[in-house]
Amino acid sequence: MATVSVPAEGARGGLLRRPTATTGFWSWITTVDHKRIGILYGITAFAFFLIGGIEALFIRLQLAQPDGKILSASTYNEFFTMHGVTMIFLVVMPLSAAFFNYFIPLQIGARDVAFPRLNAFTYWAFLAGGLFIYSGFFLGGAPNGGWFGYAPLSTVEPGNNMLFYALGLLMTGIASTASAMNLAVTIINMRAPGMTMFRMPVFMWMALVVQLLLAFALPIITVGLFQMLFDRRFGTHFFDPAAGGDPVLWQHMFWLFGHPEVYILILPAMGIVSEVLPVFARKPLFGYEFVVFSGIAIGFIGFGVWAHHMFAVGLGPVANTAFGISTLIIAVPTGVKIFNWLGTLWKGDIRFTTPMLFAVAFIGQFVVGGLSGVTHAVVPADYQQTDTYYVVAHFHYVLFGGAIFGLFAGVYYWWPKVFGRMLNERVGKLNFWLMVIGFNLTFGPMHILGLQGMPRRIQSYPATLGLGIWNMVATIGAFLIATSVLIFLLNAIASFRRPRDAAADPWDARTLEWSVSSPPPPYNFEEIPVVHSLDELWHRKYAETEGGVVVPVPAGGAGTDPAHGGSGAGPEGHGAGGHAIHLPGPSYFPAVAALGLPLIGYGVIFHLWMAVAGAVVLLAGVYGWAIEPASE
Amino acid sequence: MESVHTFESEHEATSTGLPNTKLAMWLFLASDCLLFGALISTYVLYRGASLVGPYPSEVFDIPYTSVSSFVLLASSLTMVLALAAIQRGEMGRMRVWLLATGLLGMTFVGGQVYEFTTFYREGLTLSTNLFGTTFYVLTGFHGTHVGVGVLMLLSLVAMSFTGRITPRDTMAVELVGLYWHFVDIVWIVIFTVVYLIPTGK
Amino acid sequence: MERADVREPASPTPPRARGRTVRHPSPKEYVRIAVVLAVVTAMEVGIYYAKISRALLIPLLLILAAIKFVLVVLWFMHLRFDSRTYARFFLIGLAGAVTLYLVVLLTFRAFSR
Repeated sequence: MATVSVPAEGARGGLLRRPTATTGFWSWITTVDHKRIGILYGITAFAFFLIGGIEALFIRLQLAQPDGKILSASTYNEFFTMHGVTMIFLVVMPLSAAFFNYFIPLQIGARDVAFPRLNAFTYWAFLAGGLFIYSGFFLGGAPNGGWFGYAPLSTVEPGNNMLFYALGLLMTGIASTASAMNLAVTIINMRAPGMTMFRMPVFMWMALVVQLLLAFALPIITVGLFQMLFDRRFGTHFFDPAAGGDPVLWQHMFWLFGHPEVYILILPAMGIVSEVLPVFARKPLFGYEFVVFSGIAIGFIGFGVWAHHMFAVGLGPVANTAFGISTLIIAVPTGVKIFNWLGTLWKGDIRFTTPMLFAVAFIGQFVVGGLSGVTHAVVPADYQQTDTYYVVAHFHYVLFGGAIFGLFAGVYYWWPKVFGRMLNERVGKLNFWLMVIGFNLTFGPMHILGLQGMPRRIQSYPATLGLGIWNMVATIGAFLIATSVLIFLLNAIASFRRPRDAAADPWDARTLEWSVSSPPPPYNFEEIPVVHSLDELWHRKYAETEGGVVVPVPAGGAGTDPAHGGSGAGPEGHGAGGHAIHLPGPSYFPAVAALGLPLIGYGVIFHLWMAVAGAVVLLAGVYGWAIEPASE
Repeated sequence: MESVHTFESEHEATSTGLPNTKLAMWLFLASDCLLFGALISTYVLYRGASLVGPYPSEVFDIPYTSVSSFVLLASSLTMVLALAAIQRGEMGRMRVWLLATGLLGMTFVGGQVYEFTTFYREGLTLSTNLFGTTFYVLTGFHGTHVGVGVLMLLSLVAMSFTGRITPRDTMAVELVGLYWHFVDIVWIVIFTVVYLIPTGK
Repeated sequence: MERADVREPASPTPPRARGRTVRHPSPKEYVRIAVVLAVVTAMEVGIYYAKISRALLIPLLLILAAIKFVLVVLWFMHLRFDSRTYARFFLIGLAGAVTLYLVVLLTFRAFSR
């Protein structure tokens, strides 16, 4: 059995004694293990998913009938703003981060990420930011200017609401920026021997593109948020027309980030789908290089389309034309992916497990969202669609029907690996079908509502507009979605009642994370694997005869022989040779440093001395972290 | 030109042969380009658009700011000399050059503070006009970056006294150096675009 | 049985840390660069005071600033002697920033007001 060493308590100098717990509450606070951090991200994201969903149910209750009286106008503004902020920044992004954190080292054959303590910090900073934004509800008012916070409403409307928005998103932005540096370097620099870039799973490629998008887009919104913050709090005039400023500048700052952001939201799910489809079709991904290159192209072109959110602002025909064209162009690499997925399914030996169902639904629903997106790219058509429910339909089809469904595919697919138990298949299918029906019932009609002229972001509508029927249908659909989520929750809870006996490779999958136990040992791999091909695990298990028939490689043969690059270790670990595996030790400092952030935030809003105190805490945390050795 | 043997990848093998920390620092600096680009282009956008004064030509003291610029450029030289020193194992020299860099950095920040208070007394605040808004925020962000750099430099000096920085730790000095030079090149742009290129007002 | 897709490990990762001989300029070189930087700065300030038209002044100042920028990046930040990978990252950030913000300024017609 490989021995694992963790730094001894009170070891060589540090401001705080090095924590040593491996179980219990404090072990979670001080963990630097990417798998635990991934679980923390996942659970927190799911909690926010429930809250964001409840916000959506209130919105749907309010809009189910004309002249709804459930929510006042000001509360309605808070709810639809927070629904958007929550789902985008506190659900889809962290859920993707959960999968990235857990599976990047496992899929590339590494023991952890490049900077484990930075990794922990990103989780605590994310949690701090999310809680900070929500604390607005109790401290004067939650953000209420829309998730996109257009000026001058967001800089002029009285109240602290948008301060919670700006400061909270700055905190989550710090988390994502740090995470981007960490994970990009991990993927580029810590791959197992033999794993060239083009032998990486597609999910890794999508992860890399997402990290680079984050790294280059987040600084822009950081500046924008500071500008909003300063306009509100310190009397600057960035978006103030009375002093010569221009609110449209905010729109540019926001969408320069905001558009790459939507690719940040969808690419992880696309990566998951690219993993799931081949496993359950028992075929390699069709056109691996095309899927990779189109992901890169989407990331790159994604920086060139932002003003398509501003077609109706008055940028002029030249700008509108240029961005209309670039937006049409970005549909091409997206379409390439769709065809490659279909090609993967074609003539495959398909098993419709729950993850497969979610992945296939992703394709169909994402195509619908993509098609409405293409209609947006046609500028004159967009004049009609913009700011109506047609747009709401579009982005829910790509973000819910696409990203969320893709993430659910990942949840069902990787659940046994993370928790060592399977989710129940029959309940899973019930979850799936209810969600598909509920989702399409909710957002399908919104295309019609939009074309009938229902504007976005309105608290109520009069009966004379004839919008009542489809709104009622949408509300019913929303409650179906809620039911399906409840069923998933029950499935999840029930799975923990079962013993932790899932197999290492229950799906007969293709990538390296399935070569270790479920859940993996703390050090991931007894021996770092040597990689010879794409879908390395598959090729250790199977080979093709001359007739092209796939046959299993006999156990104990080339597949498990260390000399041929097998992991060489069964559960007993006799390939390990008894040498010690050094893991980075746990640490308090990432959490301490993150604690400084909300202190600064509250200080900026309420008492500046608190901001100074927060800065001191942040500095102290960073100092302690810098002095503490990374590992013994 | 002489060549010095350095170990690029000291602790573990990496896929590219490059160290994780240096790769991360360059990625961070690349992303910081977008941060300062946003601030600078906001300044450029609103140049000449202030409805009331004071205007740049009324408050700028170009000779004074030129001296500041020389100071920051000199600090880049001392920084790179500090790195050269530790690469040769000359810890004493390294400390001297690091301290010099820190002192020059503090001089620069001090100069900025003095400049800001002068402008303030002449009636230019964050909220006076677009010039005040964009100028203070841009140079304030830059000054904060310099301040963080100074903290890192002084920390390196302190750590070298307590034995935490040894001749093996060239990477730490190199990383702080990269950050420091970046802060310098941002100032090169700011000095030209903000101070030297005339507004017409 | 042959494995369908097996290739020999490309071995991009050496099993042990490896040292590389990296060329560094000598301290004298660095001082020379610093002197050039100082001279160019002096030129910038001199041009600022000279009585030349805006149309000439602005490009000149930008070129001089660019020279300083490049000198610091290539020599002090060592990009001239280091792996291309670092330069690629930095260039993406730099080129990206310049392009995106130029487009934003153009939509505001910032250069033709």
